[in-house]
Amino acid sequence: MSDVLAVTEHRRGDLRDESFELITAGRELADGSDGDLHLAVISGDVDDFADELNREGVDAIHTVDRGEEFNHDIYRQVTEQLADEIDAQYIVAPHSVNGLDYAPAVAQTLGYPLVTDIVDADAEGGLSVTRELYNGKTEADVEVDSERAFVTVRPGEWDATEGDGSATVEAFDAAIDEEQVRSTVTGFEEVGAGDVDISEAEVLVSVGRGIEEEDNLDIIFDLAEALDATVSSSRPIVDNGWLPQDRQVGQSGKKVTPEVYIAVGISGAVQHVAGMKGAETIIAINNDPSAPIYDIADYGIVDDLFDVVPALTEQFE
Amino acid sequence: MKILVTVSEVAEADDEFEIDGLSIDDRYLTYDLNEWDDYAIEEAVQISESHDDVEVVTVTVGPERAEETIRQGLAKGADRAVRVWDDKLDDVELVDSATKARLLAGVAREEDPDLVLSGVQTADMAFGSTGVALASELGYEWGAVVNQLDLEDDVASVHRELEGGVEELTEVELPAVLTIQTGINEPRYASLRGIRQAQSKPLDVKSPADLGVELDQSVLSLTSLEEPETESDVDLFEGSADDTAEELATLLREKGVEA
Ligand SMILES: Cc1cc2nc3c(=O)[nH]c(=O)nc-3n(C[C@H](O)[C@H](O)[C@H](O)COP(=O)(O)OP(=O)(O)OC[C@H]3O[C@@H](n4cnc5c(N)ncnc54)[C@H](O)[C@@H]3O)c2cc1C
Ligand SMILES: Nc1ncnc2c1ncn2[C@@H]1O[C@H](COP(=O)(O)O)[C@@H](O)[C@H]1O
Repeated sequence: MSDVLAVTEHRRGDLRDESFELITAGRELADGSDGDLHLAVISGDVDDFADELNREGVDAIHTVDRGEEFNHDIYRQVTEQLADEIDAQYIVAPHSVNGLDYAPAVAQTLGYPLVTDIVDADAEGGLSVTRELYNGKTEADVEVDSERAFVTVRPGEWDATEGDGSATVEAFDAAIDEEQVRSTVTGFEEVGAGDVDISEAEVLVSVGRGIEEEDNLDIIFDLAEALDATVSSSRPIVDNGWLPQDRQVGQSGKKVTPEVYIAVGISGAVQHVAGMKGAETIIAINNDPSAPIYDIADYGIVDDLFDVVPALTEQFE
Repeated sequence: MKILVTVSEVAEADDEFEIDGLSIDDRYLTYDLNEWDDYAIEEAVQISESHDDVEVVTVTVGPERAEETIRQGLAKGADRAVRVWDDKLDDVELVDSATKARLLAGVAREEDPDLVLSGVQTADMAFGSTGVALASELGYEWGAVVNQLDLEDDVASVHRELEGGVEELTEVELPAVLTIQTGINEPRYASLRGIRQAQSKPLDVKSPADLGVELDQSVLSLTSLEEPETESDVDLFEGSADDTAEELATLLREKGVEA
């Protein structure tokens, strides 16, 4: 009992980047506990996926050729059986929307403590992980008082593995209980494209909940006009219906990589940052000096946006 | 039909705060209804308004302080509430989702709901796992990160919001736990009448023992809590808004930004 099981993820024919980061994180845990790293590849083109995933650090790949897309009832049963089969000490999965859809169920049935969204781990002499608490304002080391554990890892925190591997690849004969498959995926839908493509913009003025009211958006559009920039936003602005969905930057919105990204009244939650950390220059205007946006910003003004934004607009008029 | 909504109170740290040992000093914390649970309550109340005979019950694992938050749910239209607590939990820095799920399941077994609505995550601890853990504990089906919900007889047709603007369409058999994503609806503000009525709606308090749940030693313990070190050395402009705006304008011009 010292092996690690990492459950990879794919969607609509492609492995997701998180799967390759998972190998790095899984390898680290396996090294800490002196064990092997096993990958689970469930549904889809499992042989092609296994080929692609056969990277440095992987000892064994188990494929389950059943169905095309993610179904949590299948993932759950396979993961539980594989963990049993290899007597896994640690199970790892990406902290993704689908990860959240089966990891807690597996952890609960197997009796593995679950720690989600970890950004660091140390498996030498017991497991200790690092995660954020209080809206990203603090970081905590968490000791897991258990021989076994299930962890989900934050996307983007571990580098993807590169080198070729020499893992054994084997089909795993999972016994799927059809009675326990009580949900069916019937299709996918994509958020429609609007009139502006924020992912093409070179300069983005991005507005968050700090703007308080819909009418206040005027000062944001005035600034954008003065800078010849495009307006994007964080999620609450779209949730409130103040801007259309295609303006949302982040995990569930768009990834943007402008030259300049001005975050106005945005705290910098991880799901927001996932969409804009690739910007060349990040500027934050936020009156809370402890807001996590300042962890990734290049420049900042810790002040009231209702004073700074109009003053900045004036500079360009 | 009965809908159980899991409602959590969350803590938000002030702009300036101090860490006292392994937690943020209580003086710098403000407690409020978890944003995701606000949407879950709204979804349940909307279902009760558009269907006959729907009872909406909320359940919270929290200390007495949380009753103010619980009343917010009642003011928005939930029919009654249950609160579970044990003083032993006061000493646990980080209550893991398995423990919360076991306590919530204790209440769910008594209530026997057709549908349980949770939030995707708590804003403060952000495990994102309690709802699905609860489903597993109860042997219910589930769906995580739901941003559209239609009920038809024994099936919930949901949209699960995946990454990058893609939604998965899924049919989930009831009884089920669905974790609700923000934006699924427009949460209402409580009316004055609602707030008044909330005062007289039932709010039962139970201990784990009442529910037949035994609390084990916490498996998670904090060994440190810190403000994260800034990775990018952020350059802060200081002074009056006019001064900082001027400095920023100069920088932007250097970067080639100009209308
Ligand atoms: C599965 C999932 C997917 C998600 N996807 C996304 C996504 O794609 N994109 C996204 O953005 N979020 C996403 N979120 C939500 C995310 O977790 C945060 O809730 C959200 O990003 C917060 O938006 P915000 O920064 O605008 O609001 P808040 O976090 O409320 O921050 C508002 C900020 O404004 C500041 N402020 C307030 N008043 C002023 C003032 N007068 N002057 C200056 N500053 C002020 C405050 O200090 C605060 O920092 C997702 C969450 C989940 C669980
Ligand atoms: N203490 C609690 N009491 C009631 N419900 C909770 C509690 N903690 C979490 N939940 C529910 O589980 C969801 C996810 O929380 P978490 O897994 O802690 O991120 C929340 O949105 C709530 O609906």
